[in-house]
Amino acid sequence: MISNERKKYLKKRKKEKILILFFQILILFLFIIIWELLSRFKIIDTFLLSSPSNILKTIIKLYKSNNLFSHIFKTLDEIIISFVLGNIIGFIISSILWFNKKLSLILDPYLTIINSLPKVAFGPLIIILVGANTNSIIIMSLLISSIVSILNMNTFFKNTDKNIIKIIKTMGGNKYDIFFRVVVPSNLNYILDSFKVNISMCFVGVIMGEFLVSKEGIGYLINYGSQIFNMNLVLTGIILLVLLTIILYLIINLIIKKIKRY
Amino acid sequence: MMNKILEIKNLSKFYQTNEKEIHVLDNININVFQNDFLGIIGPSGSGKSTILSIIANLEDYDLGSIIKKDNLKIGYMLQKDYLMPYLTILDNCLIGLKINKKCTKENIEKTKKMLIKYGLGKYINSYPDDLSGGQRQRAALIRTLVLDPDILLLDEPFSALDYQTRLNISKDIKNIIKEEKKTLIIVTHDINEAINMCNRIIVLSNTPAKIKSIYKIDEDNKDEMYLYKKIWSDLTND
Repeated sequence: MISNERKKYLKKRKKEKILILFFQILILFLFIIIWELLSRFKIIDTFLLSSPSNILKTIIKLYKSNNLFSHIFKTLDEIIISFVLGNIIGFIISSILWFNKKLSLILDPYLTIINSLPKVAFGPLIIILVGANTNSIIIMSLLISSIVSILNMNTFFKNTDKNIIKIIKTMGGNKYDIFFRVVVPSNLNYILDSFKVNISMCFVGVIMGEFLVSKEGIGYLINYGSQIFNMNLVLTGIILLVLLTIILYLIINLIIKKIKRY
Repeated sequence: MMNKILEIKNLSKFYQTNEKEIHVLDNININVFQNDFLGIIGPSGSGKSTILSIIANLEDYDLGSIIKKDNLKIGYMLQKDYLMPYLTILDNCLIGLKINKKCTKENIEKTKKMLIKYGLGKYINSYPDDLSGGQRQRAALIRTLVLDPDILLLDEPFSALDYQTRLNISKDIKNIIKEEKKTLIIVTHDINEAINMCNRIIVLSNTPAKIKSIYKIDEDNKDEMYLYKKIWSDLTND
């Protein structure tokens, strides 16, 4: 049985939620309408800043020429591959570092340096080594995302509660017991949360890579648009990127919610 | 003749840091007999917990020796229950068995029976967050007991609980350990807790910890007030 007070409370919470969502959507609509109006009344230059209707037209044109989804899926492919690989690499390396305290201490300054370097600087080198193809885009993205995931997981693993480890040790547990029964499961929620940061790192890496080498993908659209001074194309690329980010973020959130157990 | 299961002889321990050396334990001698309920009491930071860590092989010592009965099995409990929030109460209690590859059907049944016997039957499939502080501490004790240890080391096991719960759970835990016929060493800074739970109390001095005095307590005939005053004056007069 739900009490009246509870019903009232739930109703109030629901109202609040709807109100917030309403304002969130309102801002988006206002932004689009004002942008459109400003361009219609020629207050802003559509050649430089495009307009929502022009962007829509560009999207339809891309769709009609069968290019829209090939660009989106190309980028999506690269992001998913580098996201999965980046996290696997991150997990393996940070596990090795956890099992090897000395190695972790030795490599610590190198990890910090690699993390603070702007990875785009490696772009030309990667292209020469790997070739101007999808592989170098993925490597570019991995360079950014895996280092973040190594550093994150390494911190999580290191901060595992020492007392729980102590208990496992007194029960006769070895390092593997400690790692697989305590370190990994107790940090699972943190690792899942770090996926959200990681996916945006993959976006940065993939778009950067596409700027440098690709012949397809959203990064390519933006880069190509800027080269031929077609700002409609550039802004269309940016809008597609925003949509893709939102969709991927929501999917990851959903997966995290499913996996989180407590 | 009482059965000696653990002998600590002239034990000394130093902690080394970059800045200095800290002398924590100084020439500690303790004998522990089967079914002993031994309390170690001392000022905070006096190295009480270090003695337990050394007995449990979690830390090294510098001088002296520790002689244990062959195959002496040790169970350890800390200030908090440290139950794993991602495991059910039953799985928490089985973790030691799993580590030791003894998680047989028989042992699972035994664990379940123990949980039921000590009032946690309802919570077998619950997660630790659903239990009260006292219940969690009891679950932690069962997790230790299912491995069938000869001796239980309790390191200020109730200090995270509120006063009333502490009183109840300390009696509770004492009875459980008695019923399971185990030996107990408990480290605490709470004089009442030590008097209520133990048949022998060792009072340690400030660091470096030396044994200041030893009290034998006759459970049927104890003058709690007198003991409290004596131990209090031992602790405060350095």
